[in-house]
Amino acid sequence: MSSDNGRKPRIAVFKFASCDGCQLSLLDAEDELLAVAGAVEIAYFPEASRRMLKGPYDIGLVEGSITTHHDAQRIQQIRRQCRTLVTIGACATAGGIQALRNWRDTGEFVRYVYARPDYIQTLNHSTPIAEHVPVDFELRGCPINKYQLIELLSATLAGRKPNIPTYSVCIECKRRGTVCVAVAQGAMCLGPVTQAGCGAICPAYGRGCYGCYGPMENPNSKRLAAHFLETGKEREQVVRAFRTYNAWAWQFREATEEREG
Amino acid sequence: MRKRARETADQGQAGAARRSLLLSPAALGELLAALLRRGYTVIAPTVRDGAICYEPVNGVEELPAGYTMELEAGSCRLKRRGDEALFGYVVGAKSLKNYLHPPERRVFAAERDNGLFRILPEQTERPRFAFLGVRPCDLAAAAIQDRVFLKDRYQDGEYRARREAAFVVAVHCTEPAATCFCASMGTGPRAKDGFDIALTEIVEPGRHLFVAEAGTAAGAELLAELNASEAPEELCRAAEEALERAASSMKRRLDGDGLRELLYERFEDPHWDDVARRCLCCANCTMVCPTCFCVTVEDTSDVTGRRAERWQRWDSCFTQNFSYIHGGSVRLSPKSRYRQWLTHKLAAWVDQFGTPGCVGCGRCISWCPVGIDITQEVAALREAARTRA
Ligand code: SF4
Ligand code: SF4
Ligand code: SF4
Ligand code: SF4
Repeated sequence: MSSDNGRKPRIAVFKFASCDGCQLSLLDAEDELLAVAGAVEIAYFPEASRRMLKGPYDIGLVEGSITTHHDAQRIQQIRRQCRTLVTIGACATAGGIQALRNWRDTGEFVRYVYARPDYIQTLNHSTPIAEHVPVDFELRGCPINKYQLIELLSATLAGRKPNIPTYSVCIECKRRGTVCVAVAQGAMCLGPVTQAGCGAICPAYGRGCYGCYGPMENPNSKRLAAHFLETGKEREQVVRAFRTYNAWAWQFREATEEREG
Repeated sequence: MRKRARETADQGQAGAARRSLLLSPAALGELLAALLRRGYTVIAPTVRDGAICYEPVNGVEELPAGYTMELEAGSCRLKRRGDEALFGYVVGAKSLKNYLHPPERRVFAAERDNGLFRILPEQTERPRFAFLGVRPCDLAAAAIQDRVFLKDRYQDGEYRARREAAFVVAVHCTEPAATCFCASMGTGPRAKDGFDIALTEIVEPGRHLFVAEAGTAAGAELLAELNASEAPEELCRAAEEALERAASSMKRRLDGDGLRELLYERFEDPHWDDVARRCLCCANCTMVCPTCFCVTVEDTSDVTGRRAERWQRWDSCFTQNFSYIHGGSVRLSPKSRYRQWLTHKLAAWVDQFGTPGCVGCGRCISWCPVGIDITQEVAALREAARTRA
């Protein structure tokens, strides 16, 4: 990619409701970033630099979910300023862990947590960026994986399709040669319905996948949830397993919502 | 590099019958040590992360003495046995495929060089594997991969080099797992060929021995170094009987009679919808299958655009991109993917390569996270053919 007038492509990084972990992955890619810095212009990245150049930008990376009226307006402006808009992480892509509020009365939380609830203005739901504006690409993970981020930037700059798989974590797990924790320990592993990209880290350390990369290309989450129940897991455990970082992704929601009713 | 002269020891010994030698567990340790001395990376069963895995080992003490692995559909449990058997279990999730046709490998790297494009030399030193404890179904699977990779106009050079350099010590199966069905596929529980050495383990109260036979001149040469004596007639008979018992005790079976035609005919059977409701499209079955060979090739460039690499990675017909052609994927539904897998394994494979693509190892049954069982799916399709006509 080069921008219209031959200058270096300009990148901007924006933050909404999130923990900053994904932006840290970006900073963690320091060595590669130096190369990125040669190839692109980091025009707006408040987390890393005080220099804030005005838009328009060639690539906008968006972290975080929409939780306030103000955010809902700001994302509209950002979309207008970015030629390519990429969401980074589970918050921006699925609503994040804070989307757990979507099943509850947010007003009640506010009353419990804040000394002056009347100072707090918030929406009842935490929603992904794509519910507000069109998104060109979603980088998954909680947090994102820096190699996927670099691959995405390299591919975008070269004008090729990024190698970002959408199949299951199981494929990476088996390529890595890990003993399946679901089969060998009866662990509740979300790997079969979760998108690859992390390198199947959790099973390699003896734990089931928490599903932090969100739903894979055609997740059969209902069947996996039913299987957990059939093999002796408690309903509450199963609901919890599907309600973490990507709780609000509909493919994970449908695994547990029908059974709730 | 040793030429894989697959002449049997019988031929090597001018028509003499295959000799059966007697090995003690200590002699087995010497055999392993001899392989290490010859510079092989020895791949053998060992206990790891709650399962028996086929991994590099450095001595016989790393073998799973006294362990077994109970396999059922979607489940594997490591258990202690009442004895010190070294091979008292069958296959792990990994097979020869993991080593001869590795899960991922760089095909080449290239650099931009003054406006030109230069392919960088790859390191060519390849691992030399000796496999210890290979089961008969896995030898049959390796023969199928040989057919796929080596017997057509285009050959896989990486596979050829690794395969030709490999040394194989097989173990006949006296105690198949509940998931095994090699007897009905004609691939076990006794290995017919494809090994340098084959062992039968005899564990009985009061004795623990191996009957060893050489399958190649290289195998005979290695056995000769161990100064083993001839196995007594009585022991050979005990080994034979154990193998016969193993064959008749196998509970699962896959009826291959007329199956190819049946699968082509049942292309629209409603049973495919039934299995699609249960299947997760996770691809574990294809990853662990010792005959599945599909790969994807991915090209990447770095941020600067100066360096590019090409990688080969295991792929699966259960993924969406597998059937991607211009404009989209051909097999969008899980139903079409499961059907593709089963029909390729058991029908189209015969047309393509002359044998079915299944050897009855049972891996896809035990390592499927929801326990989908190929033998049951085939039985259900047969039943459908009978009743739905
Ligand atoms: S451990 Fe989890 S991710 Fe790995 S193969 Fe098993 S189910 Fe899949
Ligand atoms: S294994 Fe699952 S939970 Fe763990 S990092 Fe990967 S995607 Fe996230
Ligand atoms: S299809 Fe299943 S049983 Fe047959 S060879 Fe493959 S993994 Fe083994
Ligand atoms: S049959 Fe089992 S292992 Fe294979 S894709 Fe379906 S759920 Fe996964």
